[in-house]
Amino acid sequence: MGQSFAVGYLLFLGKGALWTAGLSSIALLCGGILALVVALCRISPQKWVRLVMALYIQLIQGTPVLVLMFLMYFGLPSLGWSVSPLLAASVSLSLYVSAYLGESWRAAIQAVPRAQWEAAECLALSRTQRMTKVILPQAVRIATPPTVGFMVQIIKNTSLASVVGFIELVRAGQIVNNTIFQPFLIYLLIAMLYFSMCYPLSIFSRKLEAKAGEKSYA
Amino acid sequence: MTELDFSVVFDRWGMVLNGMLLTIELTLVATACGFVVGTFCAIGKRGRTGWLRRLCGMYVEAIRNTPLLVQIFLVYFGLSNLGLSLSAITVSMTALTINVGAYSAEIMRAGFDSIEKGQLEAAETLGLTRRQVYWHVILKQALERVYPALTSQFVLLMLSSSICSQISAEELTAVANFIQSDTYRPFETYIVVGMLYVLLSFLLRIVFWILGLAIFRRRRNLQAFI
Repeated sequence: MGQSFAVGYLLFLGKGALWTAGLSSIALLCGGILALVVALCRISPQKWVRLVMALYIQLIQGTPVLVLMFLMYFGLPSLGWSVSPLLAASVSLSLYVSAYLGESWRAAIQAVPRAQWEAAECLALSRTQRMTKVILPQAVRIATPPTVGFMVQIIKNTSLASVVGFIELVRAGQIVNNTIFQPFLIYLLIAMLYFSMCYPLSIFSRKLEAKAGEKSYA
Repeated sequence: MTELDFSVVFDRWGMVLNGMLLTIELTLVATACGFVVGTFCAIGKRGRTGWLRRLCGMYVEAIRNTPLLVQIFLVYFGLSNLGLSLSAITVSMTALTINVGAYSAEIMRAGFDSIEKGQLEAAETLGLTRRQVYWHVILKQALERVYPALTSQFVLLMLSSSICSQISAEELTAVANFIQSDTYRPFETYIVVGMLYVLLSFLLRIVFWILGLAIFRRRRNLQAFI
């Protein structure tokens, strides 16, 4: 057995956990903005815009996040761009989020009852007005529970940033493990830290879903 | 900037093919085992035994709220702590099974819950035991309802099997890592491998679609008459 688990190690893991939260927020924010674009393009009146976006979604959803991560971190520098671990992780996670969240938000927009679109058209609102004043506010309500649920997936996938050397929770654990060599103990602790971040979100998402279900029956 | 040269990857197509085969193998084994684990877990979660219900619930929540990467490391180091030294492939299969088992449990539970009460009451009236009710009445109908959700989960599993490269299971991503360090052509390598994953997930979806047509044939024929 190596050294005991000193306070310094715990602080280091805590810092890693903060970076996990930070990276998740970056991915949610940047990915969310892209996802909105993806969702709006998927319901565009132009056929080629819809097709191009469908292709983009198929490509991203068909590729593992890990391969995206490697492509950004090792692939781009070979084309002459220098990429830091944080940038590589943020970009690949944002792409991943944009494809999945984009599809989910498109479904939410299309779930707004047809009559709402027609009514807005009857009031002679332009397409932009219809979207921003009538459809999107209602779509946000429909999209909220699955989006909160998806945040759990984002947090879990930030663990993949460890492979490009970004010091988030898993990488911090690996570094601590290199000094004290108690892998099982450390990964158990890390699993618990992830659980304490993800579980509240899972519960919250389930509550929101139950609430949304009640409303639709009322 | 150098010219792009994709031939370095195609020159090593034998390795790439082996990697793809292992990815497929991992996916199929974990899908089959995980489906069985998940189905039993879902039955356990809906059962009358309190401790079993809680145990299944804890398993599902623990797996669904932690990253696969950490789960793989835990299985890897946990088993070696127990004195078992297994190959990276066995560890990968175990970890993937445990992982997808929890997700399929949640999906199957939703399917089981969607069966109308009337059918269960009718089955009970016919004097079927709980086991017979699950086997003859619930299972196939539930499976048909959740089949799309279940198959997309299995496609996600295929993609996440790439994480097994981190404990040096020589599947497609690990092969890519090797080729790029051998040729210094990371961009080309990962682009090709990414496309191969797209292809694999497309093929997997077609296989599941055909499988679905074969399994649920009787009901489809019936629906045509109604």
